[in-house]
Amino acid sequence: MQTLSLTGGFRDAPKDAAFAFRAVMNAMAKPGEINSVTGAEPPAGLSTAAGVVLLTLCDPETPIYLAPGFDRPELRDWITFHTGATFAPASAAQFALGAWDDLSRGDFPLGTAAYPDRSATLIVEVDDLRSDGATLTGPGIKDSAALSLPDRTAFQQNAALFPRGLDFIFTCSDRLAALPRSTKVS
Amino acid sequence: MTVETKEKTSDRQAWMGLLARAEASDLARLWARYSATPAHEVLRAPEIGGVMLRGRMGAVGDAFNMGEMSVTRCSVRLADGPDGHAYVQGRSRDKALQAALVDALMQSDAADEVRAKLLDPLAEIESQRRASRAAKAAATKVDFFTMVRGED
Amino acid sequence: MYVAVKGGERAIDNAHAWLAEERRGDASVPELSVAQIREQMTLAVNRVMAEGSLYDPDLAALAIKQARGDLIEAVFLIRAYRTTLPRFGASRPMDTGSMACDRRVSATFKDAPGGQVLGPTFDYTHRLLDFKLAADGEVPPAPEATEGEPPTETPHIMEFLDREGLMQRDTDSKTPPRDLTREPLELPATRDLRLQALTRGDEGFVLGMAYSTQRGYARNHAFVAELRIGKVAVEMDIPELGFAIKIGEVELTECETVNQFAGSKTEPPQFTRGYGLVFGMSERKAISMALVDRALRWEELGEDNLGAPAQDAEFVLYHADNIQATGFLEHIKLPHYVDFQSELELIRKLRREATAAAQDVAREAAE
Repeated sequence: MQTLSLTGGFRDAPKDAAFAFRAVMNAMAKPGEINSVTGAEPPAGLSTAAGVVLLTLCDPETPIYLAPGFDRPELRDWITFHTGATFAPASAAQFALGAWDDLSRGDFPLGTAAYPDRSATLIVEVDDLRSDGATLTGPGIKDSAALSLPDRTAFQQNAALFPRGLDFIFTCSDRLAALPRSTKVS
Repeated sequence: MTVETKEKTSDRQAWMGLLARAEASDLARLWARYSATPAHEVLRAPEIGGVMLRGRMGAVGDAFNMGEMSVTRCSVRLADGPDGHAYVQGRSRDKALQAALVDALMQSDAADEVRAKLLDPLAEIESQRRASRAAKAAATKVDFFTMVRGED
Repeated sequence: MYVAVKGGERAIDNAHAWLAEERRGDASVPELSVAQIREQMTLAVNRVMAEGSLYDPDLAALAIKQARGDLIEAVFLIRAYRTTLPRFGASRPMDTGSMACDRRVSATFKDAPGGQVLGPTFDYTHRLLDFKLAADGEVPPAPEATEGEPPTETPHIMEFLDREGLMQRDTDSKTPPRDLTREPLELPATRDLRLQALTRGDEGFVLGMAYSTQRGYARNHAFVAELRIGKVAVEMDIPELGFAIKIGEVELTECETVNQFAGSKTEPPQFTRGYGLVFGMSERKAISMALVDRALRWEELGEDNLGAPAQDAEFVLYHADNIQATGFLEHIKLPHYVDFQSELELIRKLRREATAAAQDVAREAAE
């Protein structure tokens, strides 16, 4: 394993992970809200926010799909050392990491009627994350919110699958926002 | 893998196993006597977790999960280079840190000294403990054909 | 306005304080230490590790002290603690063939390589209470064999018993085992899940089920081909190293049983096998596990379902876990006031109706 890939994890895992988890939870609970996170220093090419999400949510039982551009040895090593997560094709993944163009093509698990939670969470690296663009309404949103989603149709289609469907975390530099399957996009 | 790398690997496997099996108190005592702690960076602070132990059906068949064992792991990087790792049975953060530092030192110029002052004494303690236990077990082995001195 | 919550809190705090005092017992008696329990109540520690599914003797000893000796309560504490441990991964399957055997006996093969080694067994103790133990005393060191070389290897007896090819063989298909602590146990359960459920199942329950198979509920006469107890190395692949290392040693009890099997439409006559593997020196549990394992294999062997409880995977697997069992059992002591009130009302109503109906009948008869 490359020597570089062993650095950059949480320094005080219980505390750092707790703060990070709360940020992700807030983002999911209040879709559209942009939160800042800290604590991870992933290899070049991966944002701090995406690194923090991986460290917090992934472990040996969460197979990850790495989209083209992100499937690099130093990134794999970093994820393996710090989380123990394994790697899988899209159809078997619980988490996915990549740019929207690549992820939108993936055939991810959407959950079942009996177990809607057995679906994937997509970590979407974006160039920009702003509170404008698509309109979001639904649970956790007072009236409406706005978020710079890379697409509208795909997320509307996803919301139509509720209670099945995917959940999304958008990451850019040290900021993140989330779009759970319960949110209506217009 | 070259022959030399294979030997180096099995050497390293041997000392890592020895450190994992050592009593935390023995390792702590020998470590304190060894020398000052070398300059190092902590890559992963000692972390307590579990490892799922597996058996085999019928001893040779498919694996099955039995239950977990508590394990502490730690990774360090010495100021002058080598990375040291430790995965040791039990819940001792000190033991994991010391084992990781020893693993790193064994890949540095200090290897011979560390072997003499730390690894060899630990190996001796372990081998005596095992030999004594094996001897006690052997004393309970049934000898079906013992001749007993009878009346003439 | 009720302040019931505060009153409840006070009662609970006082209950806990009294529990701590009762746990300590007579203060003029020396306090029990965790080390004493670990060293001198080892078989209780073993049971708590096996059923708690966590190999950590110090923790098990602490749990036993905290639980005042109630082993199922101690198992509960260990199970709860387990949930706080991040899972680093899984070991390679442990190689019991390289076990440093403290004890190794066979009821089927008298002269196996390695011999019959009794180990520190209760088997020949006559079971008379030893009142000398009531007083503290020095224990003389156990004799060590001085002649001959200590055995270097104790190969499995099954390898010898199978010389004629009459034994059913287990093969390694490299299928990764499933984990019932991570996904809900669903039926039909594959053998890996059954063995996991049995090894962490309640010893008394598994013993009872095993005994039932011997008493004709499944018509299985088992022989202990081998029983071995001792330390086994734990090895794990470490990604950042690129190779596997030994991360520790655990004491295991392994039992292999053989059962006669007359054959079926699909299988030839052969000896079939049961397998038990348990943490610690846990002989009774390992043998019981092997018998129940064998009973639950009836279907893959093409045997008849005789309707025996031990052949019923749902009955065995869903009732074997003592924490699940006691959880649901003990919940009935919690307040069910509203449930009971509605039952009471229903009974009263039914009584009124029954009385009224009886009175109607009586009146009609009188007329």
